[in-house]
Amino acid sequence: MAGKYVHQSILRLEDPELITGNVQFLDDIELPGMLHAAFKRSDYAHARIKSIDVSEARKLPGVIGVYTAEDFGDYIKPGPLQVPPPTAIKGATYVARTTMPIAKDKVRFAGEPVAIVIAESRYIAEDACDLIYVDYEPLEAVVDLEKALQPGSPLVHEDLPSNEAGHVRQERGSWEQAVKEADLVIKRKFFINRNAGAAMENRGIIVQWDKHAKQMTIWCGTQSVIALRNQTAARLGLFESQVRVITPNTGGGFGPKINTSLPDDVLITYLAMKLDRPIKWFEDRRENFLATTSERDQVHYCELAVKRDGTIVGLKDFFYHNTGAYNPYMMTVPLNTQTHTVTNYRVPNFLTEFYVVFTNQMIVTPVRGAGRQYGVFVMERMLDAAARELGMSPVEIRRKNLLPANAYPYYTSIIGQDFVEGVLDSGDYPTSFQKTLELIEYDKFVNEVQPKLRAQGKKVGIGVACFSEGTGVGPYEGARVTVGGNGKVVVTTGYTSQGQAHYTTFAQIVADQLGVDVKDVKVITGDTGYFGWGAGTFASRGITVAGTATHLAAQKVRQKALKLASKILEAPEEELELADGVVRVADIPSKFISLGDLATLANPMRGTMEPGTEPGLEAVAYYGPPYGATGAGAVGLIVEVDPETMQVSLEKMAFVHDCGTPVNPMVVDGQIHGGIQMGIGDAFYEELIYDENGQLVTASFMDYLFPQATDMPKKLVLGHMETPSPLNPLGIKGVGEAGAIPIPSVFTQAVENALQETGVEFDRDTLSPSRIFTYVQQAKGA
Amino acid sequence: MAQTVKIKVTVNGKQYEREVEPRLLLSDFIRHDLGLTGTHVGCEHGLCGACTVLMDGEAVRSCTIFAVQADGHEIQTVESLGTPDNLHPIQQAFIEKHALQCGFCTPGFLMTLVDYLGDNPNPTEEEIREAIDGNFCRCTGYFNIIEAVKLAAQKMASH
Repeated sequence: MAGKYVHQSILRLEDPELITGNVQFLDDIELPGMLHAAFKRSDYAHARIKSIDVSEARKLPGVIGVYTAEDFGDYIKPGPLQVPPPTAIKGATYVARTTMPIAKDKVRFAGEPVAIVIAESRYIAEDACDLIYVDYEPLEAVVDLEKALQPGSPLVHEDLPSNEAGHVRQERGSWEQAVKEADLVIKRKFFINRNAGAAMENRGIIVQWDKHAKQMTIWCGTQSVIALRNQTAARLGLFESQVRVITPNTGGGFGPKINTSLPDDVLITYLAMKLDRPIKWFEDRRENFLATTSERDQVHYCELAVKRDGTIVGLKDFFYHNTGAYNPYMMTVPLNTQTHTVTNYRVPNFLTEFYVVFTNQMIVTPVRGAGRQYGVFVMERMLDAAARELGMSPVEIRRKNLLPANAYPYYTSIIGQDFVEGVLDSGDYPTSFQKTLELIEYDKFVNEVQPKLRAQGKKVGIGVACFSEGTGVGPYEGARVTVGGNGKVVVTTGYTSQGQAHYTTFAQIVADQLGVDVKDVKVITGDTGYFGWGAGTFASRGITVAGTATHLAAQKVRQKALKLASKILEAPEEELELADGVVRVADIPSKFISLGDLATLANPMRGTMEPGTEPGLEAVAYYGPPYGATGAGAVGLIVEVDPETMQVSLEKMAFVHDCGTPVNPMVVDGQIHGGIQMGIGDAFYEELIYDENGQLVTASFMDYLFPQATDMPKKLVLGHMETPSPLNPLGIKGVGEAGAIPIPSVFTQAVENALQETGVEFDRDTLSPSRIFTYVQQAKGA
Repeated sequence: MAQTVKIKVTVNGKQYEREVEPRLLLSDFIRHDLGLTGTHVGCEHGLCGACTVLMDGEAVRSCTIFAVQADGHEIQTVESLGTPDNLHPIQQAFIEKHALQCGFCTPGFLMTLVDYLGDNPNPTEEEIREAIDGNFCRCTGYFNIIEAVKLAAQKMASH
C-alpha cells in the first residue's frame, strides 16, 4: 500500500538536529539548584544486612543526605507488577516477588542498592558511597537454574517454600499421540545465555517538584511514560495530572528501559519532594551491567517426534527460565519462547512447559527478541539434529515442514505474552525460505564453492534458518493529530522513541492523509503533558499499533476538513481533495482554502457551535489489535572458521524479511541491521557470566564483548517480502526485533557445517572461540 | 572543597579559563562545565568511543583524560562541525545513508572520522571497518555507517 510518502524511503526528519548535537539527551539537562544521586550497591549476591553505618558519609561536605531503607519507613515496599500474571492460561501458577526499591534486611543480587546518597555533585555523591560501611552476613547464592529447584537449595525469598516463581504448561494436539505415531524421537538439551540490552545511553532520571504548583516533572528515557507517571502518582498519592513525564532524546532502549518502579524512580521522586530540590541520577556503565535488567538464562529439554521421511509429528519442550531475584515482569519472556517455538512449521502435536526460577541474579525482563529467539533456536536446532540423524539436508527437512502459504490465519492454540491465543495473521514462509536460499546461493555454495575451498584446507560452512516475530500486540496505543493555524500538523502520542524514526514514519502516515508536506508534520512522542494514554514501547509495536492509531486520527481530521471545506467552498465533499496543504475543488484548483485557515475557522470564537460537531481540525484515535501481527523470514549465513584460533569470520549473510507494508523501507532495513548485530553478539560475543557466588564477572566492555564493525558480516544482502497484515488498514507488521531472532540458530548451524568432519554439535546459543575449541575436543573424544 | 587547578583550554576555537578539580574528567568538563553537550558519554572506561573529541587534531576519548591534561591544548567537539543548515560532508553522508538511529554514539563516530579521513581520504571498506572499530553503535549494525564513510570520502574529495 504505497502513498506519496508511505512506502517511500525518505530521509529522517530528525537527523539534522540530532547529528549536530542540537538535541537534548537526559544527562544534558541542567536545572537550577539540581542535586545528584548515587547508589551504594551490594557487593554480595546473597547476604543478610546486619548493619549499615552512614555516619561518615553524612559528614562529607557537599552531601545533602544519605538514606537507607529505614529512612523511608512504610514508603519502602515491593513495587507493582509491570505486567499482569497469565491468568488466561489454564493451570498457570505464579508467585509475585516484585522489585524492592532498596534492600531491607537482605540483599538478593550483587548490585542491589542498600543506600542512596544525595549530594551537590555526582563526584561527591560517589565519594560518599565509599564512606558507607555495610556489615553483611554472606549467604550461599542461588545461581544454577536447575539446582535452584532442588530440595535444600538456599532460598532467594525465604517466605516461599522454594525458588519456583511460576509454572505454565500448554499443549496442542497430544504429545503422547505424537510419540506413538513417530518413527523416531530425538532428544536434546540446550543452554541459553543471558544478554544485556546495552543501549549506548545508560538509564537515568531527573525529578523536579514544584511545591507551589504541586506539580512534579520527570525527565526520563523510559520506554513507558504512562507506566512511570501512573505508578509514581499512585505511590505518592497524587493525581496523574500532577505528574508529567517527558522523554528527552533517548539513546536506545532495547527493552530494559521499559521498567518502572525501580529503585531510582521510586526513591528519587520521593527525595525530590522531601528535599524540595531537583535531583538527577544518571547510571554508569557498571551499574547498567549489574543492576538494570537483562535477559536470559534458560535450560531446555527437548524432544522431536519425526517420521523417517522427516515429517514432524510433534515437539515437546520442557524448560527452566531464570527470572533473577525478583519477577516484576512476570512471564513475558518465557511465554514468548513458548509462542515462537513452532510458528514456522507444521507441528500437529506440541507440548511446552516451563518453570520460572528465582536466583540471586539481576532481574530478568525483555531485551530485543525477548525470548523469541530461544523458541526459534530450540526448534531450528532440533531440525538440525533430526536432519543429522535422518541423513537429510537442513534445507530438505525445513522445506518439508514449513507452513504452506495458504495456512493463514493459522491458530496456534498457544497463549502468548498478550494473553490471547497466538494467531499467524498472514505470511508466506516457503517463499521467504526459497528467496533466502537463492540470495545466499545455497546450492552453488554446497556443490561448487565449498568443495573447492575445503580442498584448499579452508573450514567454510553454510547455515539457513527460519524465524517468526510476533509483533504489534495489544492492548492499545493512541494518537492526536492537530492542524494548527499555521497550516502545519502536530502528532502527539504516548508512545516513546529511542531512535526508531517515529518522527519521520508517523509524519509520513499523516502527510499522506492530509495532503501536506511531510516536513510540515511535527511528531511529539513520550510526553504525558501532550498525550496521556498508551502502554509503551515493546514487542515491535510502534509503527503497527501507534502508527495505526496515528493513521486513524489523521483520517478523522481529513473527514473534518472535508466536511468544513465543503460548506465554505460550497462544493460536495466528493469533489474535494486535500493536497499541497489546502482543500480544493479537484476540477477547479483555484477554488481552495488552506488547512491553516480551515483550522482557524474550525474553532469558532462567537456564535453557536453546530450540534454533533467538535472544534478544531483535531482528532484522537486509539487502536488495539485483537492479536499481534506476525512478521517472519529466513536467514542464510556463510562462515569461515580459523582451525587454529576458532575465530569465526562471517563471509556473507542473506536476510529475507516480511513485515507487511514497510512505511519507510530505509528505516526497516536499519531496524534489521541493528537486530542482526545484536543477534551476532548473542551468538558469539556477548555473555553475562555469573560465577558460583553470583558475581557478574563481565560487568564492563572490557569483559562483555560488544560487537564491533569488524565483527559484522563482510557482505549482507537483504531480501524483502510484503504480505500485508489484514489486522490494520496499512497492512503493517513490526520489525524491531526481527534481525536479532534467528542469528544464533543460523550461526551454530553454519559453524557446525564448517567443522563437519569433526562431528561437532553445539547445544548452546552463545559460542566463542574457546567454546568451539572445547566442543571440537569433546567431539574428537580428546 | 577539593583543591582546584587553573586551566586554559581552547574548545572549538574559543579560549576558556576555568578552575577545576584535578580529577575532573575532560568529558565532564566539556559537557557540564562548558555546556557543550553534543559530546556523549557511554561507558566512562574508554571502550565505547561515544565521547571521542579531537585534541590538537587527534581523536581521543574524553572520558579517560582529565581536564587538567587538556591545559594548553586545543579541543574540537561535534559542535565545531556543521549546523543543521550547513552540515559537514560527513554529517550529510550519515543522514543520506541512514547511518544513525538513536544518534547517541554518532558524535563520537564523527570526530573519529574527521581525524581519520583527514589522514586517509580514500579508504577501502576494510580500512573503514578498522577505523571505526573503536566506536560502538547498538542501533545500526555499522552497515550504513560504513556506507556513509564511503560517501563522505567522495563528498570530501569533490569539495
